[in-house]
Amino acid sequence: MTAVDLRVAQRPNAPMTTYRYDEYDAAFVSERVAEFREQVNRRLSGALTEEEFRPFRLMNGLYLQLHAYMLRVAIPYGTLTARQMRRLADIADKWDKGYGHFTTRQNLQYNWPKLVDTPDILESLAEVEMHAIQTSGNCIRNVTADHFAGVAPDEIEDPRPTAEFLRQWSSLHSEFSFLPRKFKIAVTGAAHDRAAILVHDIGLRIVKNDTGEIGYQVVVGGGLGRSPFIGKVVGDFVPRKDLLAFLEAILRVYNRFGRRDNKYKARVKILVHEKGIDEIRAAVEAEFAAMDRSAFAHDPEEFERIAAFFAPPPYESLPATSVSLRAAKLETPAFANFVDVNVGAHKIPGYAIVTVSLKPIGGVPGDATSEQMRVLADASERFGFGELRVSHEQNIILPHVKQDDLFALWSMLDAAGLATANAGLVSDIISCPGLDYCSLATARSIPIAQAISKRFSDMSRQRRIGKLGVKISGCINACGHHHVGAIGILGLEKKGQESYQITLGGDPTFSASIGEILGPGVTAEQVPDVVEHLVDYYLAEREEGEAFIDTWRRIGHARFKDVLRREGEDGADI
Amino acid sequence: MALISDGRFIEDAWRRLADEEALPKTGKFIVSLPRLEHAVEVLGPTATFGVIVPNTTEPSALIAALPRLDLISIAFPAFADGRGFSLARLLRRAEFKGELRASGRLVADQYPHAIGCGFDTIEIPDDLAERQDEGQWRAALNAYSMSYQRGYAGRGSILDARRKAVRS
Repeated sequence: MTAVDLRVAQRPNAPMTTYRYDEYDAAFVSERVAEFREQVNRRLSGALTEEEFRPFRLMNGLYLQLHAYMLRVAIPYGTLTARQMRRLADIADKWDKGYGHFTTRQNLQYNWPKLVDTPDILESLAEVEMHAIQTSGNCIRNVTADHFAGVAPDEIEDPRPTAEFLRQWSSLHSEFSFLPRKFKIAVTGAAHDRAAILVHDIGLRIVKNDTGEIGYQVVVGGGLGRSPFIGKVVGDFVPRKDLLAFLEAILRVYNRFGRRDNKYKARVKILVHEKGIDEIRAAVEAEFAAMDRSAFAHDPEEFERIAAFFAPPPYESLPATSVSLRAAKLETPAFANFVDVNVGAHKIPGYAIVTVSLKPIGGVPGDATSEQMRVLADASERFGFGELRVSHEQNIILPHVKQDDLFALWSMLDAAGLATANAGLVSDIISCPGLDYCSLATARSIPIAQAISKRFSDMSRQRRIGKLGVKISGCINACGHHHVGAIGILGLEKKGQESYQITLGGDPTFSASIGEILGPGVTAEQVPDVVEHLVDYYLAEREEGEAFIDTWRRIGHARFKDVLRREGEDGADI
Repeated sequence: MALISDGRFIEDAWRRLADEEALPKTGKFIVSLPRLEHAVEVLGPTATFGVIVPNTTEPSALIAALPRLDLISIAFPAFADGRGFSLARLLRRAEFKGELRASGRLVADQYPHAIGCGFDTIEIPDDLAERQDEGQWRAALNAYSMSYQRGYAGRGSILDARRKAVRS
């Protein structure tokens, strides 16, 4: 089967570069909707207690939040079509408050759905090949992947066929749906890690061995939360034919031996930490050797079938650089800034990858209105084969834009308030919903992100500062990934007051590191000052070409700490 | 306790033996894990008996007795504790051919999971059976026509069905 398979070509209003449900996928998802509708009915009738209902609603992405239910929709490996994006907008209008929130796990969250409406929402999602299966709960969660999959110049292989394989394998898995805790898998196929695989329960890195065979480096036991860990290699080169069996072995070891006495110690990272990676590797290898692997034997035809859906779209043959782009940049400085900051290299000559920032100055990170979602859907159809991505930085990616079209795209985005040229800069902040929405949060996150963003509202100053990951969490569960922020901010509650702990030096990529604490917590009002002082110190100390994290690594944590202590003596009370 | 088999409540032909009770000569009965070794030793080759085990049991602790056992009941201390599912898989892998029973406060929605991992029967407390009637167990059994996993029992695998469709 190839990409020109008729079933693919007949697909209504959708690109050829995303996975297409067949009758089995469609039946599976609609059966899940029917099952969930019944589960809601049985909850309402009392056949299920709230305690019994809870894991099942969570396995369908339905949380009980601070003020209302929250529905978390899966965007598997971050890829979605224009048609799907429009449906997300329609759902936001019909059953929510006209907006949605894109998350760090390539999901979309609705913050105000009603319990009784959720089966209808799920049905509406199923119509466009979407679902909320396993976006929460103690099961294998929505599998995430590099948001530049298939278009990045540094790619060995598109990680999405693997991720789609895993989506299917993990869906309602008989054995692994009642794990000790949630379980997150991320896949990357590139030389640079944009999927943060070292801070997932399992990270998969597609690699090629000396003979040119494709396989996977398997990393286990990474994670953030209250005990952050960088994952450790459990399999250096797992051939593709063994991948599923190897993952089954890891999951079985975790399911049997993961701690269940304390939910804070139940993640696989704690098992790896307590037993040591060598003991875990031995257990996984023993299980792998003992199992009947024929059941999981790699089926090259099936892999090819899935991979064909992600075949490159019909690109045009173009010159490597666009003359009209150069002219438009000279003419319109704001556009030039956008191109310099938000547009990345593409593996095909004449094309570009565009990051659409969902972090306008003073905005709520990751939020998009239904109108903006429709603009993005339109933009993807006009300039990119109708395909979009969601990044774990809570932005939207248009992966196939002709350089010649960048100006027209920018104009369209600008008119919709979507042209903020801050991708990767200090105001491109990852933030969890915090105390404004979340029942776990101990402090606000969104207003902190907004205050920092406003403090650095001067875009030319942001560009001078350069790449800088600021990440904010409203509690120690670390949904805002503060541990891996070059500047991390953790909101806590101390004696009835919000207090913010600052960490420096976090990094989510292959050079992963967990940030180090700077000193005692500061108040919400002080956070922008502290960030500004740190940035100023970095600017004064940096050497040519150094990003914030490089300078911090070179000159050391103590000196950053010292400068703030001195600032504190001047009255900043840090 | 109520017993579910093939989506129906059925009479339990087995009797759970209290630890202070003497081993009977006849009938189907279930002993606790600490009594298993003794039971295997003293009971004749025709005796029909089973064992109830905690979900943390190492399969190796049962291997010697497996050919003698007609039933293994795995205790689920809580319905959300999934260790029993993996233990069931391991016992089936060790070629246990008798009845595999899940015992605890399981809910109907877990039925396909249990079947998939090799369980035959589910034993639940009466109060749970009152809330979750036979209809709910049967509905759960039929909720999905197929599953995505291969090598798991019960529903057919989507992957196998696809392969067949592509080749025919």
